[in-house]
Amino acid sequence: MKIEYRIYLGIGLFVSVLTVVYFFWAKEYGGATMFFGTAGLGIMPAMYMGWWHRRMKPRPEDTENATMAESKGAIGAFPSYTIWPFVLGMGAFMSALSLVFGEWTLVIGGALLIFGAR
Amino acid sequence: MTIAAESKTIEHGGASHNGEPTGMYKWLTSTDHKVIGKSYMYTSLVFLLIAGSMAMIIRAQLMSPNGHVVSQQMYNELFTIHGSIMLYLFAGPFAFGGFANFILPLQIGAPDMAFPRLNALSYWLYLTGGTTMLLGFFTAGGAAAFGWVAYAPLSSYTNAPGPGPDLWIIAIALTGFSGIFTAVNLVTTAFYLRAPGLTMFRMPIFTWSMVVTGMLILIAFPILTAAMIMLYCDRHLGTHFFTVSGGGSPVMWQNLFWFFGHPEVYILALPYFGMVSEIVPVFSRKPVFGYKGLVFATLAIAALSTGVWAHHMYTTGTVLLPFFSALSLLIAVPTGIKVFTWIGTMWGGNISFKTPMLFVIGFIVTFVMGGMTGVMLASPPIDFAVHDTYFVVAHFHQVLAGTAIFAGFAGFYYWYPKLTGRMLRESLGKLQFWMAFIAFNLTFIPQYLAGLRGMPRRVPVYLVQDHVTFLNQLSSVGAFVTFLSFVVWLVNLWVSWKKPIAAGDNPWDGHTLEWGTSSPPPHHNFTSLPPIRSQRPVWDANHPEHADHLNHELPKKEAIRR
Ligand code: HEM
Repeated sequence: MKIEYRIYLGIGLFVSVLTVVYFFWAKEYGGATMFFGTAGLGIMPAMYMGWWHRRMKPRPEDTENATMAESKGAIGAFPSYTIWPFVLGMGAFMSALSLVFGEWTLVIGGALLIFGAR
Repeated sequence: MTIAAESKTIEHGGASHNGEPTGMYKWLTSTDHKVIGKSYMYTSLVFLLIAGSMAMIIRAQLMSPNGHVVSQQMYNELFTIHGSIMLYLFAGPFAFGGFANFILPLQIGAPDMAFPRLNALSYWLYLTGGTTMLLGFFTAGGAAAFGWVAYAPLSSYTNAPGPGPDLWIIAIALTGFSGIFTAVNLVTTAFYLRAPGLTMFRMPIFTWSMVVTGMLILIAFPILTAAMIMLYCDRHLGTHFFTVSGGGSPVMWQNLFWFFGHPEVYILALPYFGMVSEIVPVFSRKPVFGYKGLVFATLAIAALSTGVWAHHMYTTGTVLLPFFSALSLLIAVPTGIKVFTWIGTMWGGNISFKTPMLFVIGFIVTFVMGGMTGVMLASPPIDFAVHDTYFVVAHFHQVLAGTAIFAGFAGFYYWYPKLTGRMLRESLGKLQFWMAFIAFNLTFIPQYLAGLRGMPRRVPVYLVQDHVTFLNQLSSVGAFVTFLSFVVWLVNLWVSWKKPIAAGDNPWDGHTLEWGTSSPPPHHNFTSLPPIRSQRPVWDANHPEHADHLNHELPKKEAIRR
């Protein structure tokens, strides 16, 4: 996790510097706010990954001469097929269209969304 | 060379693959990253053809100074939707939804994406978002007509009434969410599902590019979505974010939009840079030159791109020119590093000019031309002179369209055998390349001159006494031939489908893991993985006497530096 964490940290710190420079130089608060948020979007994931990095041993994928045998156990459950993402997508689509065509599409879309998210 | 047996086990959610659906139902229900990746790719190519046809109508209108092909309003709709489709629905999704989806898990030895169901949802949001944008043409008021940037106050309800603009806003929001979901998925996959031994600094550059692009999407897209919601509220709910009369600020829209918009152009470009960085080494039969330099250049581009948004706004007079100009010029440095590493990789290599490599070279030439005019535009005095002229149109087409079309087709020709198990014809591919390359530059180089002579962009008519008629005619002819080159590509697809030539697993003698499995790959991708001891595991397995890790044993310069 070390490199993952450092990449995010690097971006966060770089944008923090930009935030400070921009804030005092441009004195324009819209841009400064967006810079500030961006710095946060770098630093927050970095903190999460750094937290884990300090608490776990290097994973097989972080070790240069790991062998295939080192990764034991299931790496996850991967569904082969399911209709629900499609249902959810259509629900989102119909619901979004209601912003243009009126509430009737929301009825269909909302129903699909509830049905799909269940 | 022994290939270690794969010891990973994978739990199958749901039924076994024997009872798997086929045909249409498979397309609707699959959560396999390969199926979704292909759907993305072919959908976005259809969008390329749709938006390309719109460009043809635009260019037909501009064939003569007072063209009558379309009305003024229709012209505005056409360039708006052309630009929007190309950026939101073709260039991004083609690379980041299509190639990344299909190739990234293969390159890191993963069985699928980290969140397969979310991945499927992304695709459906993308497809419905794209459909929504096109629906605008079927409404009474027509589609959105305020340019792909939707500047306030042009996008206010008074200036852009009707459902068309609203459909555009919703389309952007839907595709925006789809992009965010894909980004979460790809970054997580690359961080958590790599094969043992595949450390971050052994990931192929393509994968690196996608990771960095994903990080950039997660920074930029939420702002776009927020801006779209604010715009919708301004139009319908009586808020005044962007209207002067209500105390809002139209320039605020530009700030929000470009804070998304400039990272967005790198979000579009970086994935293609990644493809190029895969293709150049394979066809030069060398490892990539300056691997770490490429990785850090990618990261530097991403970081810098958050700080250059206002170079689109020099002429508003409200931005800090030296700051944005300096950062914009700085971003040329990592971009230049990339170009040099590609050339360095080719240098002294055993280059074979297959179709993918030709497209890559076409990309480098076009991109460098567009990049240099970009450096010019980054300096405010020049920008003040040519802002909103055809000079800018030529610049962004050479960088963006040059990248998406040339690097995109390079990637398509390179990975098509992996996608389908069939080869595309070299002869037709070369024909397509030369047509596209010559015609593309014929289209856009005259536009630089037209821009310098003062021809503004987004105009359906122009003046005879401006001496731009001939330049426009050259440009239109070039555009038509560019479009014909796509027809050659369609023929190529058709031929390869009707008279297939089997590709085998590794037709190009590729380096990275995707070439270590069958074409097309089996369910969950790998039956066994070669040991991963360098950035080029498949090369090492196929050429043990030239394996990378043998050289690495010698001085170990990198280890000392660390
Ligand atoms: C087949 C090649 C293409 C041709 C002939 C072409 C032609 C044009 C033309 C004539 C315009 C309108 C210029 C104006 O009136 O101001 C335009 C606008 C635009 N094009 Fe293309 N284009 C092509 C491909 C692309 C690609 C691949 C992309 C992006 C990846 C792209 C992105 C844009 C954008 C962003 C605009 C600006 C829309 C706006 O003004 O709001 N184009 N193109």
